[in-house]
Amino acid sequence: MEAPILSIENLTVAYRLQGKWLEAVREVSLCVSAAQTYGIVGESGSGKSTLVQAVMGYLSGNGAVRSGAIRFEGEDWLHTPRRRREQLWGARLSMVPQDPLSALNPALTVGEQIAELVQRHTEDTHNAAYGRAIEMLRRVKLPDPEGAARRYPHQISGGQQQRALIAMALASPDLRLLVLDEPTTSLDVTTEAAILDLFAELQDDHRAATLFVTHNLGVVARMCQRVAVLYAGEVMEDAPTETLYHKALHPYTRLLLRAVPRIGDHSTLQAIPGRIPSLRKRPSACVFAPRCPVAIDLCHAQKPPLERAKDGHLVRCHRWHEIAEGSLRVEEAPSVAKRREIQSTEVTFFDQLFSAEQNGAQATIMRAEHLRVQYGVRGLLGRLLGKKLPFRAVDDVSMRVPRGKTLGLVGESGSGKTTFARSLIGLIEIESGEAHLLEMPLRGTPRQRTKATLKAMQMIFQHPEESLNPNRTVGQALSRPLMTLSGMARPEAERAAADLLRAVSLPADYLGRFPRELSGGEKQRVAIARAFAAQPALILCDEPVSSLDVSVQASILNLLAQLQAQHEVAYLFISHDLAVVGYLADYIAVIYRGQLVERGKAESFFTPPHHPYTEALLASIPLPDPQAKQRRIRLPDDQPTGGVPSGCRFHPRCPRYLGEICQRQAPPWHTDEQGRHYRCHIPPHELTVLQTEDGA
Amino acid sequence: MSATSDPSKTDTGTMPTIRPLRLGALRRRGRLLRRLWSDAPISVIGGVGVLLFLLLALIGPYLTPYNPIANNFAERSETPSLAHPFGTDNFGRDILSRIIYGGRNIFALTGSATLIAVGLGLVIGLYVGYLGGWIDQIVMRLIDALLALPALLLTLLLLGALGNSRFTVLVAIVILYVPIVTRVVRSVVLDIKTKAYIEAAEIGGESRFHILFREMLPAVLPTLAVEGALRFSYAIFLVASLGFLGLGVTRPEPDWGLMVSEARDWYALSPHMMFFPAAAIVTLVVCVNLMADGLRRLLEYSEVD
Amino acid sequence: MTAYLIRRVLFFGLTLLLTSLIVFAAVRLLPGDVETAVLGRGAEPAARAALREELGLDLPFFMQYGNWLSGFLSGDWGNSYAMKLPIMPLVMERLGNSLRLALIAMLIAVPPSVLLGLFAGLNEGKLFDTVFSLGSLILVGIPEFVMGIILINVVALGWGILPPSASVPPDASFGEALPRLILPSLTAAAVLLAYIGRLTRVGVIAEMRRTYVRTAVLKGLRWRQVIFKHVLRNALLPTITVIAISLGWLISGLVVIENVFAYPGLGRLMVFAIQQRDLPLILGGVMIAVTVFALANLIADLLYAALNPRIRLG
Repeated sequence: MEAPILSIENLTVAYRLQGKWLEAVREVSLCVSAAQTYGIVGESGSGKSTLVQAVMGYLSGNGAVRSGAIRFEGEDWLHTPRRRREQLWGARLSMVPQDPLSALNPALTVGEQIAELVQRHTEDTHNAAYGRAIEMLRRVKLPDPEGAARRYPHQISGGQQQRALIAMALASPDLRLLVLDEPTTSLDVTTEAAILDLFAELQDDHRAATLFVTHNLGVVARMCQRVAVLYAGEVMEDAPTETLYHKALHPYTRLLLRAVPRIGDHSTLQAIPGRIPSLRKRPSACVFAPRCPVAIDLCHAQKPPLERAKDGHLVRCHRWHEIAEGSLRVEEAPSVAKRREIQSTEVTFFDQLFSAEQNGAQATIMRAEHLRVQYGVRGLLGRLLGKKLPFRAVDDVSMRVPRGKTLGLVGESGSGKTTFARSLIGLIEIESGEAHLLEMPLRGTPRQRTKATLKAMQMIFQHPEESLNPNRTVGQALSRPLMTLSGMARPEAERAAADLLRAVSLPADYLGRFPRELSGGEKQRVAIARAFAAQPALILCDEPVSSLDVSVQASILNLLAQLQAQHEVAYLFISHDLAVVGYLADYIAVIYRGQLVERGKAESFFTPPHHPYTEALLASIPLPDPQAKQRRIRLPDDQPTGGVPSGCRFHPRCPRYLGEICQRQAPPWHTDEQGRHYRCHIPPHELTVLQTEDGA
Repeated sequence: MSATSDPSKTDTGTMPTIRPLRLGALRRRGRLLRRLWSDAPISVIGGVGVLLFLLLALIGPYLTPYNPIANNFAERSETPSLAHPFGTDNFGRDILSRIIYGGRNIFALTGSATLIAVGLGLVIGLYVGYLGGWIDQIVMRLIDALLALPALLLTLLLLGALGNSRFTVLVAIVILYVPIVTRVVRSVVLDIKTKAYIEAAEIGGESRFHILFREMLPAVLPTLAVEGALRFSYAIFLVASLGFLGLGVTRPEPDWGLMVSEARDWYALSPHMMFFPAAAIVTLVVCVNLMADGLRRLLEYSEVD
Repeated sequence: MTAYLIRRVLFFGLTLLLTSLIVFAAVRLLPGDVETAVLGRGAEPAARAALREELGLDLPFFMQYGNWLSGFLSGDWGNSYAMKLPIMPLVMERLGNSLRLALIAMLIAVPPSVLLGLFAGLNEGKLFDTVFSLGSLILVGIPEFVMGIILINVVALGWGILPPSASVPPDASFGEALPRLILPSLTAAAVLLAYIGRLTRVGVIAEMRRTYVRTAVLKGLRWRQVIFKHVLRNALLPTITVIAISLGWLISGLVVIENVFAYPGLGRLMVFAIQQRDLPLILGGVMIAVTVFALANLIADLLYAALNPRIRLG
């Protein structure tokens, strides 16, 4: 067998904090050989970024390798002097970072930033190096590479920035090791798919060893031959991808796979209770034992070794034999979520759901008609001074939300989905159109609205870190809306706050805690409790799980479903993730550049015909199953600038572009037999044929 | 440990009350202070220095037996001795006593001026930043205009307009610093105003007062403390400079800046006359600066933790 | 960029207009009547009335302001009451003196302060940084008059190297004037040094923590390439602004220094004008100081925009 490019042996990395060494990575061993893609998958706090830094040989200030070894092409990498490292960085090993914009220097052009790397490692003149930069930009399929080279990072889109960084990472012909640190996490799903394709394609050329670090189980399944699962700094399981996804032996891996929502699968997600222990509180025995449903006394007493279960399958668990035999079940029996049957009356109702002409049926609690929202509107002075052009983020959106149901609104960043929700609740001004909630008009800022209107609609925000005031206790956060909106006296409100906490499965002694003492998932639970405090009829959920880890995400989704069943509240659930929306929603609407392009019932949503954009979204989702068959539809990167396209807004990127008609004419709404509505020039039967044919 | 972090398994059953006073927060302050002491002991020393000056200003007058303004020609221009640790000036006045009384004046004047400016700036900054719109525009343009006036020139102008008095200096400091404090407060407010927790309070129907003074104020306070300390140091600076120019004070009142100015003529004969008041100014200003630096570090710690 | 430029220039004009209004109002508040100042005590009531009319003091406030403003803009700043001289040439000459002092101070202060700040920032938390931080904190805490007196007594009187007074005869050549300018500019430079140095240090530290620095290092670039090509380009942006602003700041900071060294600058003229209640002189002087100050701010903004592609290219 070929000698590995990178081998890590028993690596322990720690950070020095106030005189103590805290181990972020513990006894990690792995080998990556040429042309292999090795996945490292872990949630936040798993130590994956520390591992990346250690591999690159560039740990941040207070970090140090405490024991173990890293060999890069046989060389003792930990003891390589800085000068030698500088010669290898960028030439033989390079990295693609997570957030492309901050990884690029804002003050230098894209071409210059690639050229300087080329020039550093070759004898090339500046012109030759710049030429090589343009060539690399072409290889990563940037349209107009010469133009892109002349631009500054902020002038190109996120996807293009990431392509530029890939071009930089691959610019050296001698590349032996490529480290990808969450390279697609900050990108939209359609862009992510295209970038992943690019990685796969380029690897055939450079044949370097690739270390692919991510939290996304779908991305790993698609990209990697082998995967190591990292938890609290330790490798839990390490196996070929197929084996890991279908015959996992570690409880953590098995539970993690059961916590990811999958398209078309309605069985209840299984959340992992608790949270990853913080650096200061790592158990000395099995790190996963505190959260493990099948932990026994031994697990709390003794650290399990990383054992070889089968050929090439390593697992760190005391009970893996039982799991392998099938005598020990880690997961709960899969149960299909109790999805209320949609009755026939509701079907006819749903047909009318979005048509603005219909009067609000009784079951409708919120209707929005021809809503428009504009950003950047300036007064006379602003216009004189030439402020940025106004931008219509929401353009003619109509929709209805039925009582006690969930309407999922799906769109990528910049689609206007969040703006739509914010305009409903008064955080941004509605330009034109009307919205009503329980027949009360939704108009003006929250201050201008009646108590009844405020009480009837609440919101759960995206970032748990920001949704609770760091200077106020959980109890204060929960009792305020009870006092202000429900008119309770303070003692009564404090009692009710404790009840609320219990409803979101948090212990009542959390009332006195400050947000900084809570984990991300716990904060989001408190935010949910606060939204429920006023007993609203509608809750706007703005990406409530997108910044949470998979295992926590599942528990929040389940909590939302459970609370809905108990309280008959309706959700407008906004997300970029179709799988998450598919898990929770009764109805789904897709928004693109401020306009709805498709809407329909959730259960029939994942079969054709689709709007071509929805089709592309579905084809782009990385599925957490290495055997999954998926059609390959890729969209060109979105352009950061330029006005709204004429005709159909999707036409510049549309893979099913017909011709001039798409450019000239706004497409009509079509309805298929199942009651799905979409907006395209291609009629339903043709689309169905097109979209089923390609797949085979 | 696992039991408390697992919400589903925990149900204490007892009825908790919301802690009104945050003991935890106080303990945390103590921890931060200890960390400050180990990281930047000089800042702590600066803070202690300021406290000592304050203490001296408060009780000093009861300790010194000398009258700071009465002439005593029998003991003119004496060099430091046990009876007069800092010596006497050309009128035979005890320099230490004059420094103590001068410190009292400077603390009273700059302290109250800074407090007023910080208070006004806080309220204006909170409202203007939160309300935004044309009120914000107008106030900000006005602030730009005020800030375009060089500090000392504005003070001189006011001394001319309102008369050469301590009160005018106070007014001048307030006028000078309200715009600065407003701007600092406003920038913090702009930063947190778009945070989800403020929006949550808005859609929770909270009053403007509640949002400004309950939700936002705690986040503004640390920055305000740093800015206040800096303003205090600049105010001392300004008052001393004015005193040196013979403005805002009337002879024979003890004033550090004026003492330095008067001692210039006697420098060759009695350098101690200049040394001690000059040293007092420098020490106090440096101590306040160090304290501000320490406050800033504390602010950074709490952001990191 | 054009829009940005127009906006900045408009704000500049607006600020100046507002400031002039404030100054004008403050000056009108000055006690003591103009008639006495101009005609002396015991002037006839008729003469006083005639003067009031001549000077436009009967008009409503905004009319007076308008008259003054149009005069100011057309270069007719009136005559000084106290010196009976046209104001504009007087103020301009003094402004020139102050600017000369300020420029020398900047030349002395900027290069070492940027270097020291850079070096301290790159060695954050190490001995040099600690010494620098503490030293600059102390330097900032020394008032200009204390620093000036120390310099006079040590360098001029103690060692006898340089003249203690900076009163330059108007016809002196630059070579003759220079020795007299060194001590006052050193005094001004001391504060600037600490101020600019501290800001550079903070800028460098902030930039060193940005992710793009890691990208640059992991390209294999040499350390000095990372620092000079990547970090400094961004870290010095705020410093450049500060340097431009401190030019404006110096104009007012020089009031004290000019007094200590008896230097015939704008600041000293202003102190004199205010003591004499010389209204037109105060107005002219303060407005010119304000204009320089605002102009420095404007230049700082434009420079920042020109150097920062994010603003330059929108």
